[in-house]
Amino acid sequence: MSDQSQPTRPTAIRLLLVLLPLAAILGSFVWIASLDPLRSFNNGAPPVESLTVERTVLDQTGIQILVRAGGSEAMQIAQVAVDDAYWTFTQNPPGPIARGSAVWVQIPYPWVLGEAHHVALVSNTGTVFGHEIAVAVQTPKATAGQFRMQALVGALVGLLPVALGLMFYPAMRGFGTTGMNFVLALTVGMLAFLLLDMLGEATELAAEAAAMFQGSAMVWLSALASFLLLMAIGRWRGRPEGLALAFYIALGIGLHNFGEGLAIGGAFAAGAAGLGTFLVLGFALHNVTEGIGIAAPMLRIRPPLWSFAALTLLAGGPAVLGIWVGSLAYAPQWSALALAVGAGAILQVMVEVTAYLQRQNIDRQAIMFSPAVLGGFLGGIAFMYVTAALIKV
Amino acid sequence: MTAMSADPYAAPMSGMEHGNMTTVGRVDHDANGFDPSAMLTDWDTGTTELLPDGRTLRTFEVTAIDREIEIAPGIFFPAWTFNGRVPGPAVRAKEGERLKIIFRNYGSHPHSMHFHGIHSARMDGVPGAGLIGPGEEFIYEFDAKPFGCHLYHCHALPLKRHMHKGMYGLFVIDPDPARQSDPALSAVAASRVLGSPENANWQELAMVMNAFDTNFDGGNEVYAVNTVGQAYMNVPIRIDKTRPVRVYLVNVTEFDPINSFHLHANFFDYYDTGTQLTPTLRTVDLIMQCQAQRGILEFSFADHEDGMYMFHAHQSEFTELGWVGMFDVRGPGA
Repeated sequence: MSDQSQPTRPTAIRLLLVLLPLAAILGSFVWIASLDPLRSFNNGAPPVESLTVERTVLDQTGIQILVRAGGSEAMQIAQVAVDDAYWTFTQNPPGPIARGSAVWVQIPYPWVLGEAHHVALVSNTGTVFGHEIAVAVQTPKATAGQFRMQALVGALVGLLPVALGLMFYPAMRGFGTTGMNFVLALTVGMLAFLLLDMLGEATELAAEAAAMFQGSAMVWLSALASFLLLMAIGRWRGRPEGLALAFYIALGIGLHNFGEGLAIGGAFAAGAAGLGTFLVLGFALHNVTEGIGIAAPMLRIRPPLWSFAALTLLAGGPAVLGIWVGSLAYAPQWSALALAVGAGAILQVMVEVTAYLQRQNIDRQAIMFSPAVLGGFLGGIAFMYVTAALIKV
Repeated sequence: MTAMSADPYAAPMSGMEHGNMTTVGRVDHDANGFDPSAMLTDWDTGTTELLPDGRTLRTFEVTAIDREIEIAPGIFFPAWTFNGRVPGPAVRAKEGERLKIIFRNYGSHPHSMHFHGIHSARMDGVPGAGLIGPGEEFIYEFDAKPFGCHLYHCHALPLKRHMHKGMYGLFVIDPDPARQSDPALSAVAASRVLGSPENANWQELAMVMNAFDTNFDGGNEVYAVNTVGQAYMNVPIRIDKTRPVRVYLVNVTEFDPINSFHLHANFFDYYDTGTQLTPTLRTVDLIMQCQAQRGILEFSFADHEDGMYMFHAHQSEFTELGWVGMFDVRGPGA
């Protein structure tokens, strides 16, 4: 209302200037909602419907699935068919499913161990949403024995390789500048592989999630946010190097191993994991470079002994947590989010390790394309790619 | 590892009886405007008048209407219907009568009535011969022949869509006993004439095997007899075991090449297309029908114990997606 343009206005006027557009927003929303000015577009077409299955639990009582609705209106599950047979089911909570909310559907279906099943949810408009159970196995239960077994697997694929890699530390201390450049570049190459691997997996998972989570945007933005936050924290008091940089690397790798653990746990839950000895050995070999990478920035200092244990736990321990979480509470959007945050952390340590590498040399530009650095970087990527072939099934 | 190695076969599968193979809830037949149980014996015989030459003129009125129907509990299908029901009215006449069908199209698309009978090209219900647009009217006229169990359906194009949207119905022509020279065949013919004393003892049932592609992907989601999946599981068909049973059966299932009818614990005689008075197949418990094939089944539970006797398609998939029912067989007073 006010047409004054003085730089200083009374508080009441400034408040009014904020309240006015807010009131206009509220008023227009009420107008749209109550008068429905777009009703002439209503061409009689049925509402857009969307159902996403986020979790599947198989046990003695049958099949249970967690279903999230994402339609333009509240949705109703009218019938459920398993393998082309209509079956009794109970929905909890019952009734129409509001957009964005999730319900459990319990189907007392006698599933067959080791075989595939197809669940079809039929809505009241006759739209069918299929869900494939590729291999039916009993979903792991949260028992002490189960946790111990999964912890062992997590230790083998997470803790052990990091510890083994760190054992190269005494040998690496003898390296000259060229050797150290090589090891640091190797670390950046290894991290570059992990970054691509995690972003790929995160976007793949995000595509399985309900549309309202906007999987792709969520992955890229949370990776960016995690990168920026960690950069800011890391540079709070100067640039990280030495033990601090080692801990940042361990954190990034730990988040990666958490994601890897989620995938293994999810595979356990989905029955896809015949996690054989060969696969565990593959993981161990693949992850040995992680230990080397963590050790790389500490070659010029004398770190206390406890720090090696702490670094191993920080980098490898999340694999155990990941397997636990992944086998019990599997939802694609949360796994994608965890992987994206991890990717941001990996990018942060890539930047910091590269900066550290440059600071160790006089000619900061030329060193980047020296044989040691380029060879280390490409060698790191190549080693990760080749060993990853062992674990991608 | 203990939980993971548990054997689901050995584990007590509480609440996992195979009897859980069923739809959940009930269809609101009142809202639909038709009830599958009532449809079994609901014959549309039209109105009759005597022509100057002594023949009977039988007149039917049929209207095409768009209507959303509930085909299984909670699942709604945007159907195209004859007289608001799916299947359309079970039209029944007698051999030799003159038939007049006044057809009005109140639907949103062009429709027709194409009768599987003997008639002139002008009355065929194909484009250019009785296919009418919304708001139009057409009168089909022809003689009722040959006797048998037939069907009519909309023949607008694309045919597949007009069929599976619900535009079909039974078209039964009862034989004229006077046209049979053999007294035995004449008696058989008389038993088929609706309303005759010989027919009174028969329990006649109109059954249309149909299916619905609710998501329009070229495959059916719900299979049934007379539209509502599992209807005769929820409300079994009462059979008086002292009286013989005659089923007028037609298959209008779209997309799947064949459908079938299997009777449990009993055998029947089958008259394919119903145009003969002697059975095509004797003592069988399963027949199959391709699309638009039809026939008459005759059987008796006279020597059976009282009980629930199942009938269903013997394509297990169709059965488990709704095409299954029960005969509740008891004595007349029980």
